[in-house]
Amino acid sequence: METLEFKFSAKSKVKGRAHVGVVGSGDLEVLLEPVEAKEARVRIRTSVLGFSEQWKAVLDRFFMNYDGAASIEINDAGATPGVVSLRLAQAVEASEQ
Amino acid sequence: MTSGTKVSPEDTGTANPTQPQSSTQRDSFIELNGRERAIALFDQNSWRELLGPFDRIESPWLMPQNVTPEADDGCIIIKGKIDGASTVVISMESAFQGGSLGEVSGAKICAALDLACRDNENGIKTSAVLLLETGGVRLTEANLGLAAVAEIISSLLSLRKQAPIVCLSAGTVGCFGGMSLVAALSSYMVMTVEGRLGLNGPEVIEQEHGVEEFDSSDRALIWAIDGGEQRYATGLADVLVKDDVGEIRAAVKALLKKGVPSTNRSEQVELYRNRIAALNTATQWDPADLRKTWNRENSK
Repeated sequence: METLEFKFSAKSKVKGRAHVGVVGSGDLEVLLEPVEAKEARVRIRTSVLGFSEQWKAVLDRFFMNYDGAASIEINDAGATPGVVSLRLAQAVEASEQ
Repeated sequence: MTSGTKVSPEDTGTANPTQPQSSTQRDSFIELNGRERAIALFDQNSWRELLGPFDRIESPWLMPQNVTPEADDGCIIIKGKIDGASTVVISMESAFQGGSLGEVSGAKICAALDLACRDNENGIKTSAVLLLETGGVRLTEANLGLAAVAEIISSLLSLRKQAPIVCLSAGTVGCFGGMSLVAALSSYMVMTVEGRLGLNGPEVIEQEHGVEEFDSSDRALIWAIDGGEQRYATGLADVLVKDDVGEIRAAVKALLKKGVPSTNRSEQVELYRNRIAALNTATQWDPADLRKTWNRENSK
């Protein structure tokens, strides 16, 4: 197991919390919740070791278009970067509904 | 929360919506995840989830064994109204660890059934629906999982005297291991053609007794024995439905309305004991012959 943590600066308020995905092979679940602080915190727990650089790259790209002040928890069962990006986008969409 | 895309007759150009639907037009239940399946059964906006993912009641045993836990431990408990009547739906998420039962998911199921029991004792009639997409006890939590099966059965036996308990195996994981005991003790069993029900899963039988005994790669053989059609034909399932949200919802509603059966399947000890005693095991039975002998017409 590996637990990774990242922080990003954030400005906008997040409307609600959202849960998407499932911890199934090649997939992941995302728990997104609004926070008061002007930052976004991401915690990833993954069973696949040694991919922290790839996680950082995916998140860097995600936060280029997203500035929600949120706590994001990811429970990963070996999702590819494409799946991670889609699940993150889905979580954002769900949090805005 | 999306629940699959519903294709309306206009979109597909179907002239007559009463014609039998092809699988592409059907509102598939199997394609829904565990949470969506549970929600699909309730009257609109009548439900709330108990111990959902944000409560983070997850398994403490998985991380030390290098398995990522899920925030709801793969067990979704939703309380609400079905046809206006108070019901709790317990849904196993088959994509997480094969829908397996651990200490936490077991405790969630137990508590949900006990709360339903208490409601009934207090005069609030509450039924239960179990969506059992599960391989049984989680091997990474073996002993705790086995203990959980015992506790669930004890809670289920109390509840089934007071209110009907409907189990569903929709597929495609099916219902195996300890959780098949739970299914067998329920008031009613609903299956789809894709669903499966069996104590030992095909891979377990092959592993223990060799490929000559059971070839777990032979899908036709597996479904001919464990599949919904066979289980229904031999009287081990009460209703056979298509993989369709509307059809499954209607079947569950009808069974909940029927209430507590006069005799539960598991109480028909004589019937099943005689059935097995009458089988000549010197010859190899095939599923079709078994269907003729263990006909659902003589299962009552």
